[in-house]
Amino acid sequence: MTIAGSIGILAVIALILIIGIPLGDYLYYLFRGEPSRMDKVFHPLEKWLFRAVGADPSVKMDWKAYLRALIMVNFAMMIFAYLVFRLQGVLPLNPSHIKGMPWDLAFNTAASFITNTNWQNYAGEQSMSYLGQMLGITYLQFTSAATGFVAAIAFVRGLIANRSESIGNFWVDFIRIHTRLLLPLAFVFSLILIGLGVPQTLLGPETVHTLQGVLQTISRGPVASLEAIKQLGTNGGGYYNANSAHPFENPSAISNVLEMLAMGIVSTALVWTFGRFIKNRKQAVVLYVFLTAILIIGAFIIYSNEAGGNPILQHVLGIHGSNMEGKEERFGPAMSSVFAAITTAFTTGAVNSMHDSYMPMGGFIPLLFMMFNLIFGGKGVGLLNILMFLIITVFLSGLMVGRTPEIFGKKIEAREIKLATIAMLAHPFIILVPAAIALVTKVGTSSILNPGLHGLTEVLYAYTSAAANNGSAFAGLNGNTVFYNVTLGLVMLIGRYVSLIAMFAIAGSLAKKAVIPPSAGTLRTDTFAFGGVFVAVFVIVGALTFFPALAIGPIGEQLQMWAHLLH
Amino acid sequence: MNRQSKTFSGAIMSRAIWESFVKMDPRGLVRNPVMFVVEIGFVITLLLTIDPNLFGGHYGPSERSYNLIVTIILLITVLFGNFAEAVAEGRGKAQAESLRKTKTDLLANKKSDSGAYEQVPASSLHRDDLVRVIAGEMIPADGEVIEGLGSVDESAITGESAPVIRGAGGDFSSVTGGTKLLSDELIIRITVDPGESFLDKMINLVEGASRQKTPNELALSVLLAGLTLIFLIVVVTLEPMAHYVHGTIDVATLIALLVCLIPTTIGALLSAIGIAGMDRVIRFNVIAKSGKAVEAAGDINTLILDKTGTITIGNRLASEFLPVGSHSEDELVEIAVISSLFDETPEGRSVVDLGKDKGVTIARESYTSAENVEFSADTRVSGLNLADGTIIRKGAVDAIKKLVQEKGAKVPGDLDSKTEHIATEGGTPLAVMKGTDIYGLIYLKDIVKPGMRERFAELRKMGIKTVMCTGDNRLTAATIASEAGVDDFIAEAKPEDKMRLIRTEQEQGKLVAMSGDGTNDAPALAQADVGLAMNSGTAAAKEAGNMIDLDSDPTKLIEVVSIGKQLLITRGAITTFSIANDVAKYFAIIPAIFLAVIPSLGALNIMHLTSWHSAILSALIFNAIIIPLLIPLAMKGVKYRPMSATGMLMRNLFIFGLGGVITPFIGIKLIDLLLTVLGIANI
Repeated sequence: MTIAGSIGILAVIALILIIGIPLGDYLYYLFRGEPSRMDKVFHPLEKWLFRAVGADPSVKMDWKAYLRALIMVNFAMMIFAYLVFRLQGVLPLNPSHIKGMPWDLAFNTAASFITNTNWQNYAGEQSMSYLGQMLGITYLQFTSAATGFVAAIAFVRGLIANRSESIGNFWVDFIRIHTRLLLPLAFVFSLILIGLGVPQTLLGPETVHTLQGVLQTISRGPVASLEAIKQLGTNGGGYYNANSAHPFENPSAISNVLEMLAMGIVSTALVWTFGRFIKNRKQAVVLYVFLTAILIIGAFIIYSNEAGGNPILQHVLGIHGSNMEGKEERFGPAMSSVFAAITTAFTTGAVNSMHDSYMPMGGFIPLLFMMFNLIFGGKGVGLLNILMFLIITVFLSGLMVGRTPEIFGKKIEAREIKLATIAMLAHPFIILVPAAIALVTKVGTSSILNPGLHGLTEVLYAYTSAAANNGSAFAGLNGNTVFYNVTLGLVMLIGRYVSLIAMFAIAGSLAKKAVIPPSAGTLRTDTFAFGGVFVAVFVIVGALTFFPALAIGPIGEQLQMWAHLLH
Repeated sequence: MNRQSKTFSGAIMSRAIWESFVKMDPRGLVRNPVMFVVEIGFVITLLLTIDPNLFGGHYGPSERSYNLIVTIILLITVLFGNFAEAVAEGRGKAQAESLRKTKTDLLANKKSDSGAYEQVPASSLHRDDLVRVIAGEMIPADGEVIEGLGSVDESAITGESAPVIRGAGGDFSSVTGGTKLLSDELIIRITVDPGESFLDKMINLVEGASRQKTPNELALSVLLAGLTLIFLIVVVTLEPMAHYVHGTIDVATLIALLVCLIPTTIGALLSAIGIAGMDRVIRFNVIAKSGKAVEAAGDINTLILDKTGTITIGNRLASEFLPVGSHSEDELVEIAVISSLFDETPEGRSVVDLGKDKGVTIARESYTSAENVEFSADTRVSGLNLADGTIIRKGAVDAIKKLVQEKGAKVPGDLDSKTEHIATEGGTPLAVMKGTDIYGLIYLKDIVKPGMRERFAELRKMGIKTVMCTGDNRLTAATIASEAGVDDFIAEAKPEDKMRLIRTEQEQGKLVAMSGDGTNDAPALAQADVGLAMNSGTAAAKEAGNMIDLDSDPTKLIEVVSIGKQLLITRGAITTFSIANDVAKYFAIIPAIFLAVIPSLGALNIMHLTSWHSAILSALIFNAIIIPLLIPLAMKGVKYRPMSATGMLMRNLFIFGLGGVITPFIGIKLIDLLLTVLGIANI
């Protein structure tokens, strides 16, 4: 580890927070729906859009109506994307004459992008036409981010409602988040990326004569537009198979930092927006402090492992230096480590280095962050997971202060706990069960590159990434088989929608309740003491659930490595 | 009722042990998912003891003895859980039986259609039947006195031996079946149908027969079932994963791991905590009609208390002497004391006492020849007629003034101003005269019960706002309110005002508790989230409230709030402890399970347990043993102290969270040492 590297890591994380707070304020005003100066610019467009979808922006929706609209739109978009992937061979904008995808890969890809996971069992430059990249991938990267976003906002509205049914209007939220946040931000970021050298063209691949005199085909396409929303929407599905390690997606150290900021700012902002909505900025500050601390600790655990290098190589072969396998020279260990931490904390899933090649404990942190799935987390769903664990924490600690537990003035009763438990239960269920099936079946094990503990980690990582809707790949696992396409696809869909539906039901139930004014007997959730309890609960529940699997995965592997050294 | 019943008496214990086995019945146990899973585990390991290769494998005889030990520990775990519940129920059952005895074989004189009274069994009485009870008879069923007045011994219900007066009309007309009429004769209209009487309800309550899970208990059960399911998934998926890294885990060990991980401690104690909480309320001589009411008491935001009898001691006491005219204080004190010599009312006694404090003691013997004039509503004065014909009177100021003016004497000029002064301070003035001369005023004051101020401060710390209700005028009310330290008050309160207050508070999402005894309190008692009716009150009030205080002491509300809080804290604390325990159990079991395939995981064996068998058994034994060790805590409840919520959270987390992480490390290590010494560690 170097001082420069450490400062770099801290600076990136600090910048995310610094940009996140004012952005959070902006989002607060945006979702409160108050008149603003921006209206003049956006109103005509939005009005046209409302008319196009046939929605009445003045309608107040209860949770069921809101959820119905959300699911309907998502389902329609998924079918659309599936058809595009299947039919891309006969559709226009296909200069490389790429064929349509087989059904299982098309299902996996559609499920992956509708759920904001962006797990990629296809290699972008080889199996996706320009139309597929734009209509299937780039399009869903906008809408899936927006979907998570509006879900979180709707939940927060339910939280602050006082004996009301309404949690807002899906169409208003969904369209506004596009017109007033994602599209402008992505447009500007695309231009910056183009300036930094990322391609943006509809021309076909370029064939060039290299200095050695051989022919080389350089694939290109509408990369910058995809790259921008890939990071901003915590999507992570790259244009190229190598994702952000590819020089056309992430050409330089500067673009690398900008991409990390793009991943982080909106989810961070949303925590602040939440604090504004509940009229308690301190709550947001408390969450910031603990989540940021965990993010920094995680980044430094990765960094120390990667910068420290492989002890066996050092001992046996005398090769010193950092673990550079699967890393890009232009990023180095520090900026690769923090990228890995951020991409899994914010559940983006973009990678600028191969996590499979990390030291066991270096790869452990990304895996753990996805198991937590709430270190800021992905667009909207991160906040929903935070709130889900806040409910569990408030319940346990609320009992301990001798009152029916309350979260922000709303009583938590059997119904809320039942739904929160379902949301909490889904995550380990869809990670452990399919992983176990994959590990005992031939169709599962035949895709595994490395045997033993590392192979187990590869499978565990794949399902964790799918369940957390992260999409980062550990690599080392050939996912493009019917078995993995289907199981991973299903895990992504369940991981996204089961907890989403459960949280909506909680929002509906909370919205109807009266807000109880706080008194001296109310357990305050905006204290650092409570923040500590919150961390303890999700770490212990998370660790207790996954500890056995982790013990025979990365933990066991690391211990084996140290044990070999001793012998 | 027997208030002194001990937690563990011999009879209760032996019955509880028997009950522990009866409760093994899976049809009953299935309601407790956590313990039901343990029981299923027990059955499976039992089968594996009979045939260790039931699910395949090639296990030798040593596997059989290992399976047997696991089976026994699982059985004991279930039994411990059942035992906890049985002990909690046992106390209630003993109380129910003694209550039932008072109920049997009662006869009633029922008025027949012809108008004559005929003897029928009390159990055949229905609502609106009329019965006659004469002195010495038991009152056959709950009802309302419609004719007569008599004293009733209610000790069978309340444990209070002093008889109470019950009579037709007014707020003291309700009688309870199973109590005894000591004097006179009563005609009673029965107000309940068979099986619905107060006694029946009480028997059901203390026995726990009508026990339903309270809202918080229900929510916690859901969470515990969810955690159980999560750990079931963890354990079921572990075997295939282990298989991939060439490990095998036998079924008995998997079950042991599962039982260690699921929250058995709280699962076993949860219903015992609830039953014991209700029992604590009953031992406070309060009957809660449901566990929900007790839980709601813990959530109370606003407490409405009547002034008289609750906040103040009910009687006004002398606090000052104010001479008027040319008289000195000493003169006034002497006359005032003489006027009260034979006055046995609390006001009168307080005048004598205050006189004593001022150094004036007058023996009754020196005035034996004087004639005592009792207070009457007519004259509104009382006093003495001395042997020499001098009259000494004290009483309402205007009545005394009238007396003096009738005799043609003058009223001192400063009397009115001083009277007004007392009134504005919220006190009651009594004028004192001798002959035709007014000596001065006695300042009677409402006295706040000792300790009330501190209790209200405690309540404030708990986040509970207290509101005092009184019929007094604003000034008087304000004086008492500030003296008692209540947060708010309603003066000149009518029953509708109470109702309005409850409604406004509830609209703000607050929970309100109140106490009351009169029929006009009934709507408010029903509206309040916790309505504590006095047992001395009317049937309507008792029907409307969701708790009844047998001692008719309204301040009990404060205790009930504490018990409600304690109930939740105990549940939360033991749940936290239970989950925190898992950390140590993992460190014991995970390295043990994978010792063969991944020896380097031994690094996680930070307790240095002797063998993998011993590690698993020690964790499992600790898991079982902690249940009976925590029974006393579950029964008594975690101590509740009024303090800030965050402070309390930190305190309980420190004890039960941190303690829950550390204790099993020590416990498992100790058990491992013991197993090693006994030679079981290497079976």
